[in-house]
Amino acid sequence: MREITIGQYIPGNSIVHRLDPRTKIILTLAYMILLFALNNFYGYIFPAAFLILATLLSRIPVRYLVKGLKPLVLIIALTFVLNSFMVKGRVIYELGPLDITYEGLSQGAFMAIRLILLITGTSILTLTTSPIALTDGIERLLSPFRKIGVPAHELAMMMTIALRFIPTLLEETDKIMKAQMARGADFESGNLINRAKNMVPLLVPLFISAFRRADDLAMAMEARCYRGGENRTRLKELKMTSLDIATYAVFVLFAIGGIASRFM
Amino acid sequence: MKITAEITAKNVYYQYSADSSLALNNINLTIKPGEFVAIIGPNGSGKSTLAKLFNGIFVPTKGDVFVDGLNTKDKDKIWEIRRKAGMVFQNPDNQIVATVVEEDVAFGPENLGIAPEEIRRRIDEALRTVELTEFANKAPHLLSGGQKQRVAIAGILAMKPDCIILDEPTAMLDPVGRKEVISTVTKLNRQEGKTVILITHFMQEAVCADRVLVMEKGRIVMEGKPNEIFSQVEKLKQYGLDVPQVTELAYLLAKDNVPLPRDILTVEEMVDCLCQLM
Repeated sequence: MREITIGQYIPGNSIVHRLDPRTKIILTLAYMILLFALNNFYGYIFPAAFLILATLLSRIPVRYLVKGLKPLVLIIALTFVLNSFMVKGRVIYELGPLDITYEGLSQGAFMAIRLILLITGTSILTLTTSPIALTDGIERLLSPFRKIGVPAHELAMMMTIALRFIPTLLEETDKIMKAQMARGADFESGNLINRAKNMVPLLVPLFISAFRRADDLAMAMEARCYRGGENRTRLKELKMTSLDIATYAVFVLFAIGGIASRFM
Repeated sequence: MKITAEITAKNVYYQYSADSSLALNNINLTIKPGEFVAIIGPNGSGKSTLAKLFNGIFVPTKGDVFVDGLNTKDKDKIWEIRRKAGMVFQNPDNQIVATVVEEDVAFGPENLGIAPEEIRRRIDEALRTVELTEFANKAPHLLSGGQKQRVAIAGILAMKPDCIILDEPTAMLDPVGRKEVISTVTKLNRQEGKTVILITHFMQEAVCADRVLVMEKGRIVMEGKPNEIFSQVEKLKQYGLDVPQVTELAYLLAKDNVPLPRDILTVEEMVDCLCQLM
């Protein structure tokens, strides 16, 4: 369990890796909006081309992107099937009470492609940006909203601490599990309800320990003069470079193409 | 070299809550700049509580604690006090905040609002002092206990404290990790001139201190140089404390009429004394 990596970040030094995390977050959001703004198949050429360009530049092996799709295959398939059956139109095939229509198939494929592009696009973000950079980016992007009560710094700090403690708590879970198994606990057999019940002797000590850790950490943070985000400096300041500006420009071109395709 | 902080405790009492017994009972204490003080005592003797009073995590119920002349009760000065008197805790996992070693060392200076270039300089210096430079970009959970504890020490060093308080820093470490941490702490005192307050229940670790305080039931019951303290084997045992193994051996041999001094603390001293007997 010690070897666990957090998130799916693949370290690298490509152009995409070097972009400011804020740029990547903003463009990912814009890319998602663009996907939902399209209304025909031709439109997909633009986000798809942008995605291919980003993938090539990031030097991320395609199999990582495919791996990211795997857990969602079911949802994509379901979207396709449901759309195929539900949309009324020219019937192609009758399956009992259900009709497969031409419009349905087309709608299903349209939705499935949208999902695939959506997931792959966001994967590029998480594959090329370390969790810390992501957190920093989110903090900086949210900070203008502090005036209306968005706790930007606190959210980012919580995310950092959560990331920091994931491996620690996993290790601890492992330890408690072994300790309980040594005393006859059974985590593997029985039906779902029994298994859930058997988790109690694992979860209770885990929670208690997590709270104790939180208490210790809070004290250690205060001892190191932590007093919230006010007047705090950062070791690594984020800065936008000409690379970021060029990236925005390229995306805008693709987005214009996509929007124009609506009127074809 | 800059004069380091001096810690003074004047008639200090501390209670965790109004109806609990006194955790600290009339403590008077002065720690001189550059001094290495070890505090030993059985569990519940108040040694950790005392440590937490030294950097203002706790405030005395009665009496005053001064760090470099600043009263820990003074709320405006609390951050200055915590910067001057840095604290390392027992559990190495529960005091590391960031997911990368150098980011964690940066945490303290970031809180102090120091400029990025200066933070970078301080990280490099602190990691060099604790000999972890090559781990700067590693994730803390991949380090050993001793290494993690040294990261915690580096995190304190980066705040440029005058005094470092270590609250049982080796209690959760294996023997190798213990040695790493103690040699780092000794180096900080001898080479960097930092005032060190080491709370421990390993007697061997108290041997390298300039002064040893023994606590029991919230009071300081013994105080002196390590050899003065550890030569009083019977008295220490009465408090439920052990003496370093070598000292115990000397004590037992002396009891059997082997003419050995009672204040032997290290193996080397023992070898010297025994050779003289031959």
